[in-house]
Parts: sequence; C-alpha cells; structure tokens
Amino acid sequence: MTGGTSILGKDLVGLEPLSAAQIRTVLDTAEHFKDVSERRIKKLPILRGKTIVNLFFEPSTRTRVSFEFAQKRLSADTVNVAAGTSSVVKGETLVDTARNLEAMSIDMVVIRHPASGAAQFLGERISSNVINAGDGRHEHPTQGLLDLLTLRDHFRRIEGLKVCIVGDVLHSRVARSNLWGLTKLGAEVAFCGPRTLMPPRMEELGVTYFPRVEEALEWADAVNVLRLQLERMQGGYIPSLREYNRFWGITRARLEAAPRPVLVLHPGPMNRGVEIDSDVADGPQQVILKQVANGVAVRMAVLYLLAGGQPERARIVKEVVEA
Amino acid sequence: MSPRPLLIRGGRVVDPSQGIDAVLDVLVMEGKVALLGAGLDLPPEGRVLDARGMVVTPGLIDLHVHLREPGQEHKETIATGARAAAAGGFTAVCAMPNTDPPVDDPAAVGFVVAAGRRAGAARVYPVAALSVGLKGEALTEFGELVEAGAVAVTDDGRPVMDSGLMRLALEYAQAFGIPVADHPEDLTLSRDGSMNEGVVAARLGLRGKPNAAEEIHILRDLLLAELTGGRIHIQHVSTRLGVEAIRLAKARGVRVTAEATPHHLLLTDEAVDGYRTEAKMNPPLRSAQDRDAVREGLADGTLDVVATDHAPHHYDEKEAAFDDAPNGIVGLETALGLVYGHLVRGGVFDLPTMVERMSCAPARAFKLPGGTLRPGSVADVTVFDPEGVWICDPDRFLSKSRNTPFRGWRLQGKPRYTVVGGEVVWEASKGGGEGSVEKD
Ligand SMILES: [Zn+2]
Repeated sequence: MTGGTSILGKDLVGLEPLSAAQIRTVLDTAEHFKDVSERRIKKLPILRGKTIVNLFFEPSTRTRVSFEFAQKRLSADTVNVAAGTSSVVKGETLVDTARNLEAMSIDMVVIRHPASGAAQFLGERISSNVINAGDGRHEHPTQGLLDLLTLRDHFRRIEGLKVCIVGDVLHSRVARSNLWGLTKLGAEVAFCGPRTLMPPRMEELGVTYFPRVEEALEWADAVNVLRLQLERMQGGYIPSLREYNRFWGITRARLEAAPRPVLVLHPGPMNRGVEIDSDVADGPQQVILKQVANGVAVRMAVLYLLAGGQPERARIVKEVVEA
Repeated sequence: MSPRPLLIRGGRVVDPSQGIDAVLDVLVMEGKVALLGAGLDLPPEGRVLDARGMVVTPGLIDLHVHLREPGQEHKETIATGARAAAAGGFTAVCAMPNTDPPVDDPAAVGFVVAAGRRAGAARVYPVAALSVGLKGEALTEFGELVEAGAVAVTDDGRPVMDSGLMRLALEYAQAFGIPVADHPEDLTLSRDGSMNEGVVAARLGLRGKPNAAEEIHILRDLLLAELTGGRIHIQHVSTRLGVEAIRLAKARGVRVTAEATPHHLLLTDEAVDGYRTEAKMNPPLRSAQDRDAVREGLADGTLDVVATDHAPHHYDEKEAAFDDAPNGIVGLETALGLVYGHLVRGGVFDLPTMVERMSCAPARAFKLPGGTLRPGSVADVTVFDPEGVWICDPDRFLSKSRNTPFRGWRLQGKPRYTVVGGEVVWEASKGGGEGSVEKD
C-alpha cells in the first residue's frame, strides 16, 4: 500500500467525472474481492490502521451495513455517525462537520446526505478521501457500480446493452449514477415512468424516454426498478400508489409479454406491490440478492483503490493472505 | 451651506439626455450643474477634478439594491451600502423594502432616508413594500409612503402572487405618480427550485425553476398594466420570452420599464456547476440563449435599465450545501467594470447606450433627480477611467459582503470620482474599495 494518489483521484463523488477506464478498473478490482464477500474468509489486512467514518445524515441501513462489511473485511477501524444519534450532526452545518473531521485526521469519510453536492462540498474541504454514499438527488456511485457489476456478471458485457431505469428518476441518485456508468461503458439507457417523475430536459442527457412500461419492456435487456418513495404521492407527483402500480408496476404478466427475458434489478428497499410485484421480486428474472453481494465487493474495491491500492495487486494481496 | 464649486476638466462628457458626447468641462456650482463648455474658468475657492482621459457621465443610478438595514446589519448597512455604491461609481441607489422589519410604513421609510443622508455617500432612495408586511394580502399606504420619501413600491424578494392585489396596486399607485415594481415569479411553479431548470440542474440533481415561472408573472403584469393604465416596473428579467413579451407590450403602448442585471447579462447556469453557491441567485442564471436575449433586450431598449440586485450575505452563509445557501450576489462594486469592460468593450452596445441604461433611464423610470448633466440639474456626476483595468478582488470591497461569482474576473472602467450634489463623495486615490487600486 502506498499513500500516493489513487487511480480514482482523492474522492469518489460520482460516476459522471470518471472515465470508462476508471470504471472498468473498479469493476475488475471488485472481481478479486467477490469471493471474500461471498464466503467466510479471513480479513485482508489492506486497510489496517486506517480510520474510516461513516457519516450518515439520512437513515440507510442497507448502504451503511454494506460499507461496514467492506471496511471490516479490509481490517479498517470504523466509526459510525448517524443522524439523530449524535450532536455532531444535529443542527451542525456541513462546514463545521468538515472542520471537525479534518481536526481528527480521519483517513476516509463515507457520507450520505440529503443535499445534492454534499459529498463534493466535504471533499473540497478536507484532506481525507471522501466517498459519496448518496447525496440528495445527485449520485450514488457505489450503487451505480454494483449495478454495472451485476449486469456484467449476467450478460458478460455492458457495451450494447439496453437498460431502462423505471420509476422516480427525478428524485433518484441511483438513476444518475446508472446513467453515467452505463453510457460511459457503451450501454443504451432509457427512462420510463410518468413524466412528473422525470427530470426536465432529460433528452439532453442522452436518454430515450418511454412513457409506458410496456414499451420499455419491449425495448430493454434489463430494467432497473427504482423505489417509489411514499412521499411522492403527498408531493402530488402521482395521484395514487395503486394507479402507479397499475400502469408502471413491474408485474409478472408484463415481463411475460416482453419479446425476450428481461433482467430485473432493484436497488432496494422494495415497495412490493407498488413498483414491483412480489412474484417478480422473488421470481427467476431478478438478481436483487446478487446486487447486495456485489455491493460489498464493489465497496471493497473502491476503498482499496482510494487508499492508493494498485488494481493489479489486489489479487496478489488476497492470495498471499489466503495462503 | 453649499459645497465648493467644482470644475471637472477635460473629460469625455457622455450625456445621452442632451445628445452630448464630446470633450468638455463641467462646472458645478451650489450643488448643481452650472455650465458645460470648453476651456471654462475655475471660480474662486473652486476645486479642479482632472478628468483628462476620463469619461464623465450623469451619475449612475441603481434601481435595485438590498441594503439589509434594519435587521441584518451583519450583511450590510445603509452606510456601508451607500459607500460601496459610491465606490462603484453610483450616485444613487434604490433600497428594497425586504428588511426586518420590512419598510412598509412611513416611519421605516423615514429611517432609510435619514440613514442614507447620514452616510454622505450615494443617495439612498427607499422603495416601500407594496403589501403590509410583504404578506401579499393588503396594500400599504402608498400616499403616506411617498410623502415620507418612497419612490416606488414592491414586494421584491417575493412576488405578488395575488393577481387581484397587483391590479389594485397598479390602479392605486396612479394617484401618487409612482411605478409598481414586481419580482416576477410564480411560486407554485418555481416551488422549491434552487437553480435554473435545465440540463445542468438535471445533471447536478438540483431542483429547477423553469423559465415559465418567471414568464407567467411577466405576462400577467403586462396584461394588468395594460388593463389599468398603471406603470409596471419588471425587476431582473432573465428569460428570452420575458424580453419578447416586454417588447410586444411596449409596442402596444403599455407603460412598462424593466431591468437587466449584470449577472444575467454575463453568466449562464453553467456557472453553478460544481455546486458553486456564489452563482445561486433568484431569478437563477439561465441558458446562453436567455442571456443573449437579455443582452439584445438591453441593447435595443426593450429592457430600460441595468440594475445590480445587490444582495449581500455574510461570508459564512454561502458556505453551505447548494440547497441551503441563500440567493443573491453583491453587485455595486463590479457593475461598471463588468458592463463597460465586457459589454461596451465587447461590442454589445456603445458607451452612450450604457450611460442611458445606467443613468438616464433609471432616473426617468423612478422619477429621480439626476440622469442628466443639463445646466440647472442636480450635480450627480460619475467620472471613470475607461482604460482602468483591474482584477476583481472581493476582499477590497467596501460592501460588508464578498459574495460574488466574479472573483478573479478582469474588469475595465474604473471609477475615479463620484460626485453627489456637487460634493466629491468618493475618489479613487483615497476612498478605498476596488477602484482605489491603481491600474495594473
Ligand atoms: Zn427580486
């Protein structure tokens, strides 16, 4: 391990600033860590002595636990700071948080925050590596990476794939990270859902839009089904969850009507019976649990690379430990 | 007690109100312009301002500033704002009423007038609230406010959402000869947006305000002005369709005046990229197409005036996530260097047009003294160095605040003397502020 610059730069704020080569490197590195996350195996000493703070201004059990697993398997010292449980967070401004972290000489910070741009804001103000675990409606890069890895596992390629992101794209950081990651690796991306839940001017981002889910399923090799937050109904974006499910829900009947098998991804947590029906969520075409497993491998890869790890050494480091 | 006579000698006098663009002397006596001519003699006790190589114009007037007093003196005070104005070459500014408490009664108007006089820098004219408490419900006492010194009414900072109330304001104001100014924004459309709705917002994951939110209210205000025969003043126009609507209304004889800000003339929403909170303002920075339309509108006179919307914020308030940062930028000490340096020198319009938009037209729109160097008129004069170039360094501002997206920009057109009522209230060699830096 070296303290030098990582091939990803100092921070991982999003996939938009990354090159296709950088994204491929993360995915390839994650391959080496896959079995570490899948099997019971001893910890790798890669981040021994490093301190990582998981700073969650929004509740998210899944992402936080996934990061924690990744950190523990790389032997890092981990501190969790969650909103509502600490005075560090309550009423404190982001800039004060940054100053405090800087004073504590933390090696890495994983941040989840409700404001778009929060991760970049922090990264610009502290010398620690910052990993964005979801900022507002902006990006959730490790989710985008794990979705890419899952797609690549299944199709053996990303280039030329047709992937449709279905649901509340407007409020979704997962959608943006998927969009950048997929297009950089040569996939075609479409959005589907009611226009009220689409970002204005999305065509300028290079996506196709399907107003109806049947058209999307006819077109797509894979769909990434976004969670529909219940607040969207109160916000007036959709009249009812029932109607949403009726017209945009991923149901078995709709999948069966598609011309070819469509792979179903979901970043979780799912609202069964709203954006996805249970028989799809538990059915043969979904890879939702594979996404969860890949999440740990991808996060290990990101931590390893940001800490200055060389991609080609990941396998060697692991094999030495296993021997 | 009248000030010493002044002889502003040998400058290029640009005064569109008289069709003058020539090298002349300007003699100022007893606070008024006495005479324009060549080779004028200095009266006894008089002072000469050497204006050779300089441009001499009727004093610049900014119809739209936020001076934050009373209530937010940590951002700006009437005194610091008036001095920043003078350092920027402005001889008069119009202070918006969205203070705490708001300027919605004659006593508050009187307070602004008195504090402005005490500052002894640029003149400060209060613009009073249109509705009681800026709540958008009931009209303020326009008559008493005007008697106390208000020159217009507005609820700026927020729009008048109730079209019926706007109609009443446009009707009622006619008895007092003041325009009704409006910040056009349909809040039900702009909702919780924090920047322009467009591809940059889509990329950054920030909520957008569509052009239509502004245009709906511009169109509404124009229709109501036509309906009532009242005088509407549209603040900070930022969209192409907004400009086109005003152009059409003027052709129909509607009594409308409108503003363009330096930032909407020079920047686009690309400036927000990287979550730059110093580029967060309302209305937001728009597309290049909108910016170009605002430029064209200002060049052809559809938009009458340049106004800065000077909006100071304490240094740490913009150090926040984009959604949490306040709107607005300071503008008094950069306006001239931006408009002259980038638009006049950039060939968008000529110098007389600039003087028309920054002095003559503002004076006419709000019926203020000045805006001309006609003998007998008040001696508010701006003298600036057209070759004076400097790099914008907010740390040198006389304003209390530093929030500007123009840090590091090359500005040209450096204020040299600011004369108000025949008194030199600011001069480059001693006054501090950006203009005091010698040219590099
Ligand atoms: Zn305004």
